Amino acid sequence: MVAKAVWRPDIKELARIEGQKRPVESGHRLCAGCGAGIIIRQIAMAARKPLVWINATGCVEVATTIFPYTSWNVPWAHNAFENAAAVGSGVEAARKKLARVNRFEGDPDIELDYDVIVLGGDGGTYDIGLQAISGAFERRHKIMYVLYDNEAYMNTGIQRSGGTPFGARTTTTPVGKVIKGKPLFKKPIMDIMVAHGIPYAATVSPAYWNDALVKFRRGFETEGPVFIHAFSTCPLGWGSAPEDTVKIMKLAVETCVFPLYEVVDGEYRLTGPSVSIAKNPDRKKPVEEYLKLQGRFRHMFKPENKWMIEKFQEWVDRQWETLLKRAGY
Amino acid sequence: MSTPMVGWKDLPMAAVPFLSAKEYPTGEWAVFQPKIDESKCVKCGLCWMYCPDSVYRWDGEGVPVPDLDHCKGCGICAVECPTKAIEMVRI
Ligand SMILES: Cc1ncc(C[n+]2csc(CCOP(=O)(O)OP(=O)(O)O)c2C)c(N)n1
Ligand code: SF4
Ligand code: SF4
Ligand code: SF4
Ligand SMILES: [Mg+2]
Repeated sequence: MVAKAVWRPDIKELARIEGQKRPVESGHRLCAGCGAGIIIRQIAMAARKPLVWINATGCVEVATTIFPYTSWNVPWAHNAFENAAAVGSGVEAARKKLARVNRFEGDPDIELDYDVIVLGGDGGTYDIGLQAISGAFERRHKIMYVLYDNEAYMNTGIQRSGGTPFGARTTTTPVGKVIKGKPLFKKPIMDIMVAHGIPYAATVSPAYWNDALVKFRRGFETEGPVFIHAFSTCPLGWGSAPEDTVKIMKLAVETCVFPLYEVVDGEYRLTGPSVSIAKNPDRKKPVEEYLKLQGRFRHMFKPENKWMIEKFQEWVDRQWETLLKRAGY
Repeated sequence: MSTPMVGWKDLPMAAVPFLSAKEYPTGEWAVFQPKIDESKCVKCGLCWMYCPDSVYRWDGEGVPVPDLDHCKGCGICAVECPTKAIEMVRI
């Protein structure tokens, strides 16, 4: 069941609340211009209740909790890749059980009315943590799992994952004579999650902050498992300029490399700029505009590798066509 | 006299960071930092929204104020400011 009323985020109010609560404090060690820093702030902005935050290993976890420092002013726990969604399930089940037996009734120090958010990177989600997520979704836990997708194992030095796109240079898919970046395409993670029959799934680009906040809030309000796929520019791993992080988040949507949509009880609905592109196909920009800002795709612009850009474009077009059909265009 | 040993039962259940990250001056990473031309600022709050480091303080009314002790100088705020009110200046 998905909540019906749509929340309208008021940027001024959000800034005042963040200023008071400082859920994610400055001083973390994410790289300058890291997209994940924007995502974690936006998740906290969209909270309607106190949060319990479960974090799989990865850049966010490492950089926000380098001992003895922590950026978190919300209850937060680090977990292995494999069990992040399982820990989220347990925290949610405990809340229900403790409330049922009135274990802490009247105790001013204990709040049982909280939302559970589980955050994982692409390595933690497409690959290592997949089975725990699948189990949590099958058991219908009320958790929101957010994937921040920077398209490689960044924290250990840019190794390819199931989320790395075609052509991208990583340290395990180098550009040389045998291969030219990753030869394979991204795993269809949204399709896999939607196939679990969960009540709410959505894609999010933090550049479209209003769209992102509404989806995160909707995720918190949904009575059941939620999956959010968030696009996370990584200047270090992508070879992009730190100041271009939000620009790349916009171009990913404008080129349909990362369309914005939500799936509510199985029904697909485009959102944000993806709606206007569906209605006016000339607004769809060529993938080159997205690729050219990133060093990881630089080799694709050599004349002899032109086929790679064409192949990338074909894949994007095919994915977009499928999505359009599903969304009723 | 030797220091009394701490038993395992006295240790916390997990590694628990006990200092706020705000004690850590990531502003030292920056080469350039934002300077806002207040006459150009339309108080839209986008600089606040897009900063990955929670650097801006904004009361929703006035011009947002960056906390330069933590600004890493990425330049996102300057690129995204719709009126080009933010200049990145060398520090
Ligand atoms: C089971 C296990 N294998 C490997 C590691 C080493 N490791 C730490 S962070 C990391 C990369 C995680 O990649 P991703 O989930 O995409 O997050 P990112 O670092 O890109 O944000 C790896 C492989 C680990 N901590 N645990
Ligand atoms: S390596 Fe990438 S994802 Fe990790 S902190 Fe740096 S920019 Fe962010
Ligand atoms: S983005 Fe620019 S115009 Fe908007 S509040 Fe910040 S400085 Fe002012
Ligand atoms: S330069 Fe980057 S870190 Fe500094 S205030 Fe602007 S967006 Fe934040
Ligand atoms: Mg990653």
